[in-house]
Amino acid sequence: MSFNMFVQHLFNAITLGSLYGLVAIGYTMVYGILRLINFAHGDIFMLGAYFMFFGTVTFNLPWGIAAVIAVAASSVCGVFVDRIAFRPLRDAPRISALISAIGVSFLIENLSLVLFTGLPRQVIQPEWMVKIITIGEIRILPLAIVVPVIAFTLVLGLLWIVYRTKPGLAMRAISKDIETTRLMGVSVDKIIALAFGLGSALAAASGIMWALRYPQIHPFMGVFPGFKAFIAAVFGGIGSIQGAMIGGMLLGLIEIMIIAFFPSLSGYRDAFAFILLIVILLMKPTGLMGEKLEDKI
Amino acid sequence: MLKIDSLHVYYGGIHAVKGITIEIPRGKIVTLIGANGAGKSSTIRAIAGLVKHVQGHIAFTGRDGKETELTGKTPETMVKLGIAMSPEGRRILPHLTVEENLRLGAYIRTDEDGIVSDIDMVYSLFPRLRERSWQRGGTLSGGEQQMLAVGRALMSRPDLIMLDEPSLGLAPLLVKEVFDIIRQINSEGKTVLLVEQNAFAALKVADYAYILEVGNVVLEGTGEQLLSDSRVKAAYLGG
Ligand SMILES: Nc1ncnc2c1ncn2[C@@H]1O[C@H](COP(=O)(O)OP(=O)(O)OP(=O)(O)O)[C@@H](O)[C@H]1O
Ligand SMILES: [Mg+2]
Repeated sequence: MSFNMFVQHLFNAITLGSLYGLVAIGYTMVYGILRLINFAHGDIFMLGAYFMFFGTVTFNLPWGIAAVIAVAASSVCGVFVDRIAFRPLRDAPRISALISAIGVSFLIENLSLVLFTGLPRQVIQPEWMVKIITIGEIRILPLAIVVPVIAFTLVLGLLWIVYRTKPGLAMRAISKDIETTRLMGVSVDKIIALAFGLGSALAAASGIMWALRYPQIHPFMGVFPGFKAFIAAVFGGIGSIQGAMIGGMLLGLIEIMIIAFFPSLSGYRDAFAFILLIVILLMKPTGLMGEKLEDKI
Repeated sequence: MLKIDSLHVYYGGIHAVKGITIEIPRGKIVTLIGANGAGKSSTIRAIAGLVKHVQGHIAFTGRDGKETELTGKTPETMVKLGIAMSPEGRRILPHLTVEENLRLGAYIRTDEDGIVSDIDMVYSLFPRLRERSWQRGGTLSGGEQQMLAVGRALMSRPDLIMLDEPSLGLAPLLVKEVFDIIRQINSEGKTVLLVEQNAFAALKVADYAYILEVGNVVLEGTGEQLLSDSRVKAAYLGG
């Protein structure tokens, strides 16, 4: 493989990795706080893409405005999922919340199937994003630069919230000791809602950018990216935001590079992530950045 | 300031507190003492709103003279009314720094300047914490964690501070230090509800004391009265 080809693959890998990473962060935040896997998270990713589609195609909004509205609307959906599916079960056995999460995921997917139909829709790609530019011998899509830049900006913003603001402090406190945090006067339900809102916003941003990169969208488009982002979160060490982003990046790299070097394996593309999951769970269940957890699902 | 009337606490089938009546006057140190499982923690956890099945009345009278019923309220309400609690076992957030732990204690406040000066106040109360302000809570020694737990409870500027076994697991010298601090906090105008197993030290600082046995108040009186009571001597002061 030529150097130029390699660089192109690298850009693709970083793009895909940032998209996985953004979704992985939502899994990791919810798990970090509630010790719960939010199976509906991949569906928020899908909703983000659909809201973007309606904003740009149905309402003819400019790209940027549609994206902001789509992110906000998906974020509200994420908070709503917590409100109806998880909050009533806060004191219930964890398995109940897990079943509830799976139920909500099916509900969102099938409701979307009814409301949006199963026909794949075509998202409009802004022309400048998909007009290949050449730098020397290297040919890349502007999108492959835009996506990682947006993704990293969002992650930096999130880290700022988590490490530099008061709700962020409460969020970090809750992840270790909910009762003591409540004793300090923190309204725990509000902070959990905030975590769902932030995680969902990032997932929606990822879904939107995914739709710009792979413009066919459908109600089940969140399922596989959701699984893989979850694996990325486990890989990076579930509970760690930085870990989720690193896990996403590495998963993107592994997926793209294996196919690049061994094109004959491209049919097994979706299997790499699952093989990786099995390997991590066998070798280092706490992931790259993860702390030791007393109990896991 | 706080009146507890026929308080019952249940955990499933367990009847942990069986109708106790307690009064905490403003400006005083009141202590609850009793053996393991007597229901001391359950009582203050009920005040804080941390236990679900509570019967009876907990009436808190604020500085403005307004009375609030605390049963069925959340810990958030308690803190906003001016009550803070340092829970049993300290419960320092191990991954947060000393300073972040203190800031968490000030969560309901928005006066940044006041928070900064109160952090400084806590550091002058416990100079060892100042040296460790950037250290993670989990790396502190047991005694330092206890100081941090008391300091954290002070950060909401409470009128009433509830301490659950602040001397637990501390060396004798530190125990003395903790009780000195309790006296000092009280002399600065805060009302203190102290839960203790160290009956001698608690009775010495307390204005008034209640002795709990399996969920009932079996004896009450001023600290001095109970210190010289023969039953108390036999059961709690080692003869
Ligand atoms: N969460 C709980 N679930 C069930 N029973 C409980 C719970 N918490 C306390 N109990 C029971 O209630 C009774 C009173 O407990 P509590 O913690 O109030 O005692 P305590 O006086 O604080 O004791 P210690 O000095 O050991 O802290 C005990 O019998 C205890 O086993
Ligand atoms: Mg106790």
